[in-house]
Amino acid sequence: MILAEITDTGLAALTYGIGALGPGIGIGYLVGQAVQAMARQPEAAGMVRTTMFLGIAFVEALALIGFVVFFLGQA
Amino acid sequence: MILGLEFPPLSHIVDWPVFLFEDTAFGINKVVLIYFAAAILTMLIFVLGNQRKLVPTGAQNLAESSVNFIEEGIVMQSMGPRGLKWAPMLTALFFFIFFCNIFEIIPAVQMPATARIALPMFLAIFVWFVFNIAGMIEHGPIGYLKHSLIPPGVPAGLLPIIVPIEFVSNFLVRPFSLMVRLFANLLAGHILLVTFAVLTAALWTTKWYAVFLPLPLFAVIFFTAFEILVSFLQAYVFTLLAAVYIDSATSHEH
Repeated sequence: MILAEITDTGLAALTYGIGALGPGIGIGYLVGQAVQAMARQPEAAGMVRTTMFLGIAFVEALALIGFVVFFLGQA
Repeated sequence: MILGLEFPPLSHIVDWPVFLFEDTAFGINKVVLIYFAAAILTMLIFVLGNQRKLVPTGAQNLAESSVNFIEEGIVMQSMGPRGLKWAPMLTALFFFIFFCNIFEIIPAVQMPATARIALPMFLAIFVWFVFNIAGMIEHGPIGYLKHSLIPPGVPAGLLPIIVPIEFVSNFLVRPFSLMVRLFANLLAGHILLVTFAVLTAALWTTKWYAVFLPLPLFAVIFFTAFEILVSFLQAYVFTLLAAVYIDSATSHEH
């Protein structure tokens, strides 16, 4: 029985999975800290939220570049 | 167990045949029609929002609250009061991207125009020109280069390292990441919806494994709701980053 076969597609998907690990941890930590900041200082929530989205956008870009490279690998 | 599942090749879910003006540079397909629809809806927001009734109703209400959202939630948070003159451009940007995105989940259309690289690329290049030209008008061409390449308080010995890094991050990575973020998010959402829809259709049989049908069906419904959030959030993030870039190009802090 073949459990997993190493193909180009499988390898690309696996690589993307590994690439998504870091940004996943990063976004989790980032949002957690932002929630903590908002809970401690509710009056600064607006500013914290904007900065949080900015940070998420930058961290997320790494995972998304991996996603695009996944498709480039297919072509 | 073989489900007989045939996933369409990726090009099939984003490629649409040209049905008007074939073989010219102005061929029109479904994606181009979505551009037009989104542009018309964006203009409607501006026209209907401009009625200036004292007690707003209907479309004016929506337009006023959304302009308020852009001013309070994006411009004031990232640029401060001096950025308010950019609010009309950012409003148009936000709504155009949002309408292009939201066609992802509208039945019978179900194609995000931003899942083709052309539109995100154009928008990113547009934002690139806007913040660079705004910075050059504010500081003059030489002053702008100095302003964006040399961070304040850096010792002179480090400049050969800092300047190339700043150049790459300010002029190359910024438009690239703007483009890839919007494009990849919407393409990923589209693929996700197609995957679960294809899975649902494949399970529509009389075989025993049809009992799994509710799982992808609920996934389609859940992800459709999730994609509404993504459409909004990506339009918000794109507009917010455009505002931040314009702000950093025109700021005078250092």
